[in-house]
Amino acid sequence: MGQREMRRRVTRVGVIAVAAALLLSGCSPQYMVLNPVGPVGKKELDLILLSTVLIMMVILPVLALLFYIVWRYRDKPGNKAPYQPRWSENKVLEVIWWGIPIVVVAILGTATVKTTYALVKPPETNVKPLTVEVVSLDWKWLFLYPDQGVATVNYCEIPTGVPVQFELTSDAPMNSFWVPQLGGQEYTMPGMAMRLWLQADKPGTYYGHGANFTGEGFAHDEFRVVAVDETKFNDWVTHVKQTAPALTKAGYAQLKRPSIMGTASYKSFPPGLFNDTVWADGGQYMPGMLNDVPGGAPKHGMQDTSSMSSRMAQEAHMSS
Amino acid sequence: MWEAIRQFGDTYLMWKEGPLIWASDVLILLTIAGIVAVLTYFKKWKWLWDEWLTTVDHKKIGIMYLICALLMFFRGGVDALLMRTQLALPNNHFLDAEHYDQIFTTHGTIMILFMAMPFIFALFNIAVPLQIGARDVAFPYLNAISFWLFFFGALLFNISFVFGGSPDAGWTSYPPLTELGFDKGPGENYYLVSLLISGIGTIGTGINFIATILKMRAPGMTMMKMPLFSWAVLASSIVILTVFPALNVALALLLIDRLFGAHFFTIQAGGNPMMFINLFWVWGHPEVYIVVLVAFGVYSEVVATFSRKEIFGYKSMVASLMAITIVGDLTWVHHFFTMGAGPDVNSFFAVSTMAVGIPTGVKMFNWLFTMYRGRIRLTLPMLWTLAFIVCFAFAGATGVMLAAAPADYQYHNSYFLVAHFHQALIGGVVFGMLAGMYYWWPKMFGFKLDERLGRWAFWLFNLGFYVCFVPQYALGFMGMQRRMYTYPAVFGWGPLNFISTVGAYIMGLGFLFIVAQVLYSIKYGERDVTGDIWDGRTLEWSLPSPVPHYNFAVIPYVTHRDMWWELKEQGRTQELRPRPEDIRPIHMPNNSGRPFLLGVCFFVAGLGFVFAWWLLAVLGLLGVGACLLARSFETHDEHDVPAEEIRRYEAQLGRL
Repeated sequence: MGQREMRRRVTRVGVIAVAAALLLSGCSPQYMVLNPVGPVGKKELDLILLSTVLIMMVILPVLALLFYIVWRYRDKPGNKAPYQPRWSENKVLEVIWWGIPIVVVAILGTATVKTTYALVKPPETNVKPLTVEVVSLDWKWLFLYPDQGVATVNYCEIPTGVPVQFELTSDAPMNSFWVPQLGGQEYTMPGMAMRLWLQADKPGTYYGHGANFTGEGFAHDEFRVVAVDETKFNDWVTHVKQTAPALTKAGYAQLKRPSIMGTASYKSFPPGLFNDTVWADGGQYMPGMLNDVPGGAPKHGMQDTSSMSSRMAQEAHMSS
Repeated sequence: MWEAIRQFGDTYLMWKEGPLIWASDVLILLTIAGIVAVLTYFKKWKWLWDEWLTTVDHKKIGIMYLICALLMFFRGGVDALLMRTQLALPNNHFLDAEHYDQIFTTHGTIMILFMAMPFIFALFNIAVPLQIGARDVAFPYLNAISFWLFFFGALLFNISFVFGGSPDAGWTSYPPLTELGFDKGPGENYYLVSLLISGIGTIGTGINFIATILKMRAPGMTMMKMPLFSWAVLASSIVILTVFPALNVALALLLIDRLFGAHFFTIQAGGNPMMFINLFWVWGHPEVYIVVLVAFGVYSEVVATFSRKEIFGYKSMVASLMAITIVGDLTWVHHFFTMGAGPDVNSFFAVSTMAVGIPTGVKMFNWLFTMYRGRIRLTLPMLWTLAFIVCFAFAGATGVMLAAAPADYQYHNSYFLVAHFHQALIGGVVFGMLAGMYYWWPKMFGFKLDERLGRWAFWLFNLGFYVCFVPQYALGFMGMQRRMYTYPAVFGWGPLNFISTVGAYIMGLGFLFIVAQVLYSIKYGERDVTGDIWDGRTLEWSLPSPVPHYNFAVIPYVTHRDMWWELKEQGRTQELRPRPEDIRPIHMPNNSGRPFLLGVCFFVAGLGFVFAWWLLAVLGLLGVGACLLARSFETHDEHDVPAEEIRRYEAQLGRL
């Protein structure tokens, strides 16, 4: 018995050591989720930490109690611990342990609901937000900048300190847009426009990847978010406008074909490409998906230069 | 002619795919040849048919479920090791994307539907009628149908690997990836059809055990005197009945989309793929409770037996089972918080998900305090139960963390999630099933599984578990997505993945020890001569092991919750021995080959649907109809076991 107890203790120490090592190494930047560079990721990290602490306050004592009880009441000749085979009810104790989890859920539930509502608003209200339309394709990411008129593939340049509203859709199987260091993900779905606020406060290049399985090329469905200060961002826009080719409809049809590719930049893209894609992929059947916008649903190939989604972002900005 | 054969070989047998397929073909042929040879050599065909294929005895059906579950555990485990081998190093090319995708799909589907489900049904069948003092389940014929539908569903799913190709869109099978536009092959059809067939059987089992528990308890056994395992089975069966229809509807609609060009889930034509995802998880999340509630039932039996103490807070235990049953049905949206349902919906489901933690926490405390002031024997079932408490505490903790919707935006689809649900399903369900298997094994087979080999299996499997999955939590924080067949070296995911793979192999070694343990114990295991090898508490331990086919020669009158233990305490065990004058002829259901044939017909029809071979599909369905028709004209489906025969048999067992 002693040997077994010993072995269990060794295992336990091992587990704690591994856990500690993981926590410590969490400080290294490789742990993207634990090293957010923007307010959204930070809020989510706060909730991760709060829930971890709360839940550890419950389970660590429970586990300690488990080891104590198993040790104390083990079936061994000469064990002097009390043995009461009929002791099976105690109102006070039961009220306590119905109560503890209820309190924990109440605290964590409140924090969760607060953060849930906070994250649908722009993280910063006194800065004019940037809108980026995102189309997930097999197996690449297309970024459209309706206000700048440029487009990119597999990398997304954003200014630091500016809230970015990502408008998400898919022109391929459902995917999920995830940039761990900026904050959590949102699904991209054909025929639907989804919204996700993110913001980078530190310049840098951040890893992004499709997070929902999309078939054979999924493992290579990677992109970068490049955060630079606002002047550099504007320089970049100008540079792309001057040097890159235009994305034509034929070019988009080419992009849509399943393939894996590097990055690309375009000085322009067909106007309304995002909305037309959503509409054609089924947005026309989704009540409220596009109709809640002044001007109503877009016509196929409409020549509206100011994208409706960017107007929406501006409205959100003004109303808040 | 040769051309036709070659084309058949390339299209259906996939001979161009390489050594993985060839090796599987050879293994399958050798296995079949081996089985046929052994059965023929030992002249066991008739025995197989009379004793097993046509049986309606719940104990034998339970054993068949158990064998299938262990075989599928092996298959799913091999899938897991193939995946972990591929992921051990960055930029590895042990498997290509296509095979990896098929393997993670079959791993998930098999482990949930063809391993966990038959494992819980094995325990349903083995323990419930004995615990509640019944001679069989309420509908023995339906019970056999349920088994054979499961069996042929599983068979259909498994042959896909070497005949036409396995599904490769994940066990969750989300459209539009699974619609014709993106996935033409027969693999996805295999998934839909085989799950539909076994799903019908599962609903039958749910109905069967609700009826059995509500209507077939021995006189005197009120609901509040019923053993907690039977309560857990009732809870699980209620969840089956409420959610499995949702899965079957979702699968059927998607199949109609694929086979007949409907558009239930194709948004380009006005369908809604999010509806599939909702229906899938309306089943998928409660499915976790379907399996884990049964494991909770096992733990309640094991903890009380091996602490030699009444279960603490029986009423709380029942209340928490029922609370999980109800609240568990309201917690599916946390599987897609990131689908944009909005903060109202996400808030509701975040809190409801956390709320499931409340009754679960209560059960934890009650198990702890059952041991408190008891006398704890560290037998194999008890070891697995203790390991469960540790493992599941962390699974619950990470579950509550995942329930916090905004935090879930960061965990979702990452290895953190993968680690969490493996901890819940292995730590919660697999540990529970193994505990249950060790606990009731002597009751099924009349001998105990060897402790020494079992301890090796236990320590290896547990050690392997943590080595495998703790690094995966970290990988989630490092931004690694699930379902990537390979990954680059630059993110530093390599070392942790390597450790994780080592852990998976240690678990595999643990499983081999279980196999060795079973084989060794068949010959050398301690024989159970008393029928009460664990000093048990409930009615099944008052019977000899293995139990006679009619279970109870005389149905007992139940006066206490822990009836058998109570009588042992009071020295009144003789009261559960049959008295010759009380023995009456027993009404038993007849064996029938029809449930087996019905399964074959479903299999044939299923194969027809998979490949859109309509003649085969129609033939299969006609066979199904014929079986149903034949059953409805059957008038003599029961027989009497004469009292004299029972007396003779009981005397032989030394009980008269």
